[in-house]
Amino acid sequence: MRFRANLWIGGGLFAIVVAGGVLAPWLAHSDPVMGANLMNAEIPPGREFWFGTDVQGRDIYSRVLYGAQISLTIGVLSQLINTVIGVCLGVSAGYWGGWWDDLVSGLTNMMLAIPSLVFALAIMAILSPGLISLLIALGLTNWSYTCRLSRAATLSVKTQGYVQAAKILGYSDIRIMLTQVLPNILGPIIVIGTLGMGGAILAEAALSFLGLGIRPPFPSWGSMLSDARDHITIAPWISIFPGLAIFITVLALNLLGDGLRDILDPQARTRSP
Amino acid sequence: MTSAPLLEVEGLGINLALGSRMFPAVSDVSFTIQRGETYGLVGESGCGKSITALSLIGLLKHPLGLGAGKIRFKGQEIQALPAEDLRKLRGASISMIFQEPMTALNPLKAVGRQIAEMFVLHQGKDWAAAERLAVEALDSVRVPAAARRAKDYPHQLSGGMRQRVMIAIALACGPDLLLADEPTTALDVTVQAEILELIRELSAEKGTAVLLISHDLGLIANMCARVGVMYAGRLVEERPLGEIFRTPSHPYTAGLVASLPLLGARAAKGRNRLREIEGVVPPVTDFPVGCRFAPRCHAASEICNRIDPTETALGGNGRVRCHHHG
Repeated sequence: MRFRANLWIGGGLFAIVVAGGVLAPWLAHSDPVMGANLMNAEIPPGREFWFGTDVQGRDIYSRVLYGAQISLTIGVLSQLINTVIGVCLGVSAGYWGGWWDDLVSGLTNMMLAIPSLVFALAIMAILSPGLISLLIALGLTNWSYTCRLSRAATLSVKTQGYVQAAKILGYSDIRIMLTQVLPNILGPIIVIGTLGMGGAILAEAALSFLGLGIRPPFPSWGSMLSDARDHITIAPWISIFPGLAIFITVLALNLLGDGLRDILDPQARTRSP
Repeated sequence: MTSAPLLEVEGLGINLALGSRMFPAVSDVSFTIQRGETYGLVGESGCGKSITALSLIGLLKHPLGLGAGKIRFKGQEIQALPAEDLRKLRGASISMIFQEPMTALNPLKAVGRQIAEMFVLHQGKDWAAAERLAVEALDSVRVPAAARRAKDYPHQLSGGMRQRVMIAIALACGPDLLLADEPTTALDVTVQAEILELIRELSAEKGTAVLLISHDLGLIANMCARVGVMYAGRLVEERPLGEIFRTPSHPYTAGLVASLPLLGARAAKGRNRLREIEGVVPPVTDFPVGCRFAPRCHAASEICNRIDPTETALGGNGRVRCHHHG
């Protein structure tokens, strides 16, 4: 079997990021919140502070590690919620059609018409800022693309012989959706799901920047980035490292999504290289 | 006729709704299938064979709808069954194999798993037991190295192998009736013969009745004891196999028989040109008032264009729908 570079590189990078978040308490050099010391403000990267320090003298390396916890939790979980909602609605709408399809399509169009960030803002304004609220806000506002995609894919898979055959052989509707339709549309859903994780990490950054997400001084990559914005000309490292963390995570997720899509297709899996 | 037949179709009508108008795609079709019998339904494309089969398992979809008539399976009326009961009947008691073995299997699942799913679905077996039964089922449809093949995906199998897998799936739960809709059309000739042989053997072995649907009278001739000929949504003739070839009664059946090529010794002493039936099947939106075959019939007379013939019984268990049968 041929070496799947995207799967291994993506998976490896993602594993490193996850490990960084999980092992943060042991890997970090100082407390991400309490480690402020104005004497150390804006020191460039060096031997003592690997990634440098920020305006308040906190170690950026430590904050990036702790930031991974929040950013990954939000990115992965909120996208999981989105995907589950989107797939359930999309597949059932595509498969059953009729008034249910009209209803779901209408709702999807409505969701697409409202910018999801604005919608998330509205939800955050009602709920109190915090991790759970962020998950709800981002998890309920971004399913429309997944829903559309899975509905369209279901429509095309629905006409395939094996779906018709399953119906004739006495499969129930739910069973057909789960065993015949879903596995055959999983590829694009995984890809859009992993892309969305990057989007969710960025959306969390935006909300945190507006003061509706993770409240300072707790570190999330997004809030670190927005804090660093004013100092980008004099202390670029403050924004470079959280930015790099987001970049690497999103890249890893996209590579991973690509690789997963490949191995989920048995035709590609057994095709000779 | 012996005791209660397995399947009774009585005056079946299927309507095609186009806009606000309804057209009779199939009308007044009646036939019965006995337990263990192989019944052939033959006719041109679009004559209503396939939708007749679909109506038997309650799967007509808009714009097609069941019109008049009764379908009784083991004495139960199919139309009266609740949807859930009907679903449980499908695959378990009435099963079906299709024209396209290439697309009728899920490309993402190993074939053994797809057979096993039938046992899980209809007999409530656990997966481990079902997978074992699936290997046995594969073995029974003469797939070599069944245990290894069960792990293969559909794209790794040839067309004939896939159709064998389909047969294994269809017969997994020991159905009483197998609907075979053009089961060999997509296969090449030698494989066709193998598949037909397999269907014949397995149905005889398990006592499964088969409704074989085909446009190929030659293929029907190899398999069936009784044959129904359909034309433009009507059953125009039903006869025991031998009689239909020797003394076709309906002009359309006669035309079909005359269009079959003869091989070997029979060719030497018989005709050497194939005859065709001139004209085309009328569209469902424009069936003639009288006999539906009249516009193409060489024997048609004035009455044929005016009055739709009813079914006439023929000697030896036959029926025909023609004014001039004989």
